[in-house]
Amino acid sequence: MSSPESNGQDNKWIGKRTIRPDGADKVTGRAAYAADTNMPGMIWGKVLRSPHAHARIKKIDTSKAEAMPGVKAVITSKDIVDFPIDKGPVMLGIQDMRWMCRNVMARDKALFHGHPVAAVAATTERIAAEALKLIEVDYEVLPWAIDVEDAMKPGAPILHDHIKFDGKPSNIAGTLEHKLGDVEAGFKEADVIVERSFKTEAVHQGYIEPHACLVSVTDGKATIWSSSQGQFMVRAMSALLTDMAQSDIRAIPAEIGGGFGGKTIIYLEPLALVLAHKTGRPVKMVMSREEVFRASGPTSGSISTVKIGAKKDGTIVAGKGTYCLQAGAFPGSPIRGAAGCAFGPYNIPNVYTQGFDVVSNRSKVAAYRAPGAPIGAYAVESVLDELAKKLKIDPLQLRLKNAAKQGTKAAHGPVYPVMGYEETLKQALAHPHYKAPLKPNQGRGVASGYWFNAGGESSAQMSVNEDGTVVVMTGHPDIGGSRASTANIAAELLGIDHSKVQVLIGDTSSIGFSNLTGGSRVTFASAMVVTSSAEKVITTLRQRAAKIWKIDPDAVTWENGHAKPAGANAGQFDPLSLAQIAARATETGGPIGAGASTNTTGAEGGFSTHICDVEVDRDTGRVWVVRYTAFQDVGRAIHPDYVEGQIQGGVAQGIGWALSEEYIYDKNGRVDNPGFLDYRMPVTSDLPMLDAVMIEIPNPKHPQGVRGVGEVPLVPVMAAVANAVHGALGHRFDSLPMSPPKVLAAMELEAAV
Amino acid sequence: MAKLHVSTTINGEPQEFLCDANQSLLDVLRGPLGLTGSKEGCGSGDCGACTVTVDGRLVCSCLMLAPEAEGCEIATIEGMAQGDQLHPLQQKFLEFGALQCGICTPGFLMSAKALLERNQNPTETEVRYWLAGNLCRCTGYDKIIRAVLETAADMREAV
Repeated sequence: MSSPESNGQDNKWIGKRTIRPDGADKVTGRAAYAADTNMPGMIWGKVLRSPHAHARIKKIDTSKAEAMPGVKAVITSKDIVDFPIDKGPVMLGIQDMRWMCRNVMARDKALFHGHPVAAVAATTERIAAEALKLIEVDYEVLPWAIDVEDAMKPGAPILHDHIKFDGKPSNIAGTLEHKLGDVEAGFKEADVIVERSFKTEAVHQGYIEPHACLVSVTDGKATIWSSSQGQFMVRAMSALLTDMAQSDIRAIPAEIGGGFGGKTIIYLEPLALVLAHKTGRPVKMVMSREEVFRASGPTSGSISTVKIGAKKDGTIVAGKGTYCLQAGAFPGSPIRGAAGCAFGPYNIPNVYTQGFDVVSNRSKVAAYRAPGAPIGAYAVESVLDELAKKLKIDPLQLRLKNAAKQGTKAAHGPVYPVMGYEETLKQALAHPHYKAPLKPNQGRGVASGYWFNAGGESSAQMSVNEDGTVVVMTGHPDIGGSRASTANIAAELLGIDHSKVQVLIGDTSSIGFSNLTGGSRVTFASAMVVTSSAEKVITTLRQRAAKIWKIDPDAVTWENGHAKPAGANAGQFDPLSLAQIAARATETGGPIGAGASTNTTGAEGGFSTHICDVEVDRDTGRVWVVRYTAFQDVGRAIHPDYVEGQIQGGVAQGIGWALSEEYIYDKNGRVDNPGFLDYRMPVTSDLPMLDAVMIEIPNPKHPQGVRGVGEVPLVPVMAAVANAVHGALGHRFDSLPMSPPKVLAAMELEAAV
Repeated sequence: MAKLHVSTTINGEPQEFLCDANQSLLDVLRGPLGLTGSKEGCGSGDCGACTVTVDGRLVCSCLMLAPEAEGCEIATIEGMAQGDQLHPLQQKFLEFGALQCGICTPGFLMSAKALLERNQNPTETEVRYWLAGNLCRCTGYDKIIRAVLETAADMREAV
């Protein structure tokens, strides 16, 4: 039996920089994103949002809006299924529907400025917008808390009466801790201890495509076109929030214009669905950029404290971290990522980490690329930098001395298998970048990072067409080029030309359940189900060749896209290509195709180490990243362009988080910078080339050796930049972003001393 | 209010449309004209996803009122390829993997094309400052910049 083995380096397609299957559509403007689809008879939905950061909703009068010509329906929370708080959690993935139902439409209270309170469907966008002004909401304005510190203070305004901490009403919605060894005993053994506190601001995922959807309902059956990181998530949540059967909803994944975790939940779809039900018309809803900033998930701002103790020789004996993360209006901040990943790269005998999930009057956070992990790493990797300086040890050598390796027991649970963290450090140490001279006002920083990575449910279907081409369908929205990887794998395993493979993303009615595009899981998991499907297809192809040759199927092998007799005893036959067998499929037993649905396991964590050079403009306080190199254990780069792209993109987001991005609130608890002009994401002129060094240490638990690569590139960045700024200025910033006013103020303060 | 009648040329073809006085050019392109290759990322001229050229000049079509297009020659991403023949920039973006989600790609291509029409031999710094009005959140820009520089080099050789 031929088993497709593609872990070697001599592959024809795996590891090649092929043209992506969806490429031509995307460079010609033909690719259809969520807002690009229209339907005959379509009307427009718009959302009325709370003008207050925290307010009790006493009454909503929609009668004037409903009477406006052109208005077809108005809905409020009464139209969305309630999941009562006292009935306990109703979980869908990591989301509790009790919070989701209140996030998509405020019930008794508006919990942040921008919280939806009603929605309108009208014949034009303008009429819908005008109608919103006619909805009368009677609010009782309540005191609010925006930042974690304020929300945790005694006497802080309480968002949810049912949340108790230490027996009292509180905004601390949850805690989590990881323990390994005895941390206090560990610190007693330490010769040097560094303890520091840090603050980070909330930052937005910043996808360029605002949330959008189009929903049509016919005869009780709904079709949803929307941009999300999971059409099955869209279907399940929409079904729960509108009390529909999943089989009555078909969720079609539009091309998605970026997500980074922010499109792992829904906002508009259930509202459009209810409006479509009520009006009998297809309803389209598109968020403005301002709505995206005000009401869709950023990731948490945070305060954290990290303490690390080491012996004189650099052996780290104890590490402790406390991370308080903003959850926004509802519980669910990524404390697991912060507390679980921060010490992940290290072999430390005594570790204690604790996370606090804190609600406040901000929009509910959503996942953002390795959720929580960059926050934890910023603190730990900054403290490590200081520790290295105190110990007079090179910061990479300090990390290497304490690096986790195969067999290391991590504080968050697992014992690590084969993995390449040490290799990222060794390659960084040996890289010309690390030895390159620095100019005046320049500094160099390093940092490492860890992310869990995820497996989970995936489905694939592979069909051999009559002409010998192949269609592969998977169930994961492709955000970053995953179809290109799938095409490489399918071509490799089947032994056919890459151009013969078409890859599609199925909708919820055409492919088996597939979990979200998230957790750096898509290429990992889809490769597994595609491999499994390919193996079945090859078995069928061999059987068909055996039938044509009238020999035993076991006497047929599959090599380079051809069926061949296994040996001289099998008989003398000319090889049959996949296309030749496909052409005779009808006479040999019918259509050829196979699918697989699996709950994939064995994802294994991702590790990376980054080197960053910055130059500080002493006149303006502006920090420029002038050189950046990221080293990452990628397992196996199925399509190197898109692996490098994940690394480069993650680094750019981290540079933004480090230097320029932050949510700013005004004195009324409203986001003061809800646009790309004032929420400053890096542009081309802000960045240098970003060098990605892919280290391939195959994941032994994966048929092609794949490790998730998408998220860990963001994890070390803020610390690498901060450590570089320290190198340039001798000043260590304990809060982000290191924006020009803050850097200038710090320099002026030091000059004055 | 009565609609305004506007006569333009879009991607070389005469095109008339009716619009409201306060509609943006982007609204008209994406709506009645069905040219959805131009994207709306911000509606405030900050992201460049709606970039088109008007009489050869780069414009954020979200910031231009549709009636202002009267008598103008407009070029959008839909007119960049000649039939099945991709523009060298489009081809290079594909070869270099210079896109991930692709939502910013039409805007980047329009801007980069305008750059290469004015400057056949731009430096990396010139490319970076020319494209600074186009936001991409996926790529970190590295492959985009490389694709533009490489296309410029190819086009110089081809002349």
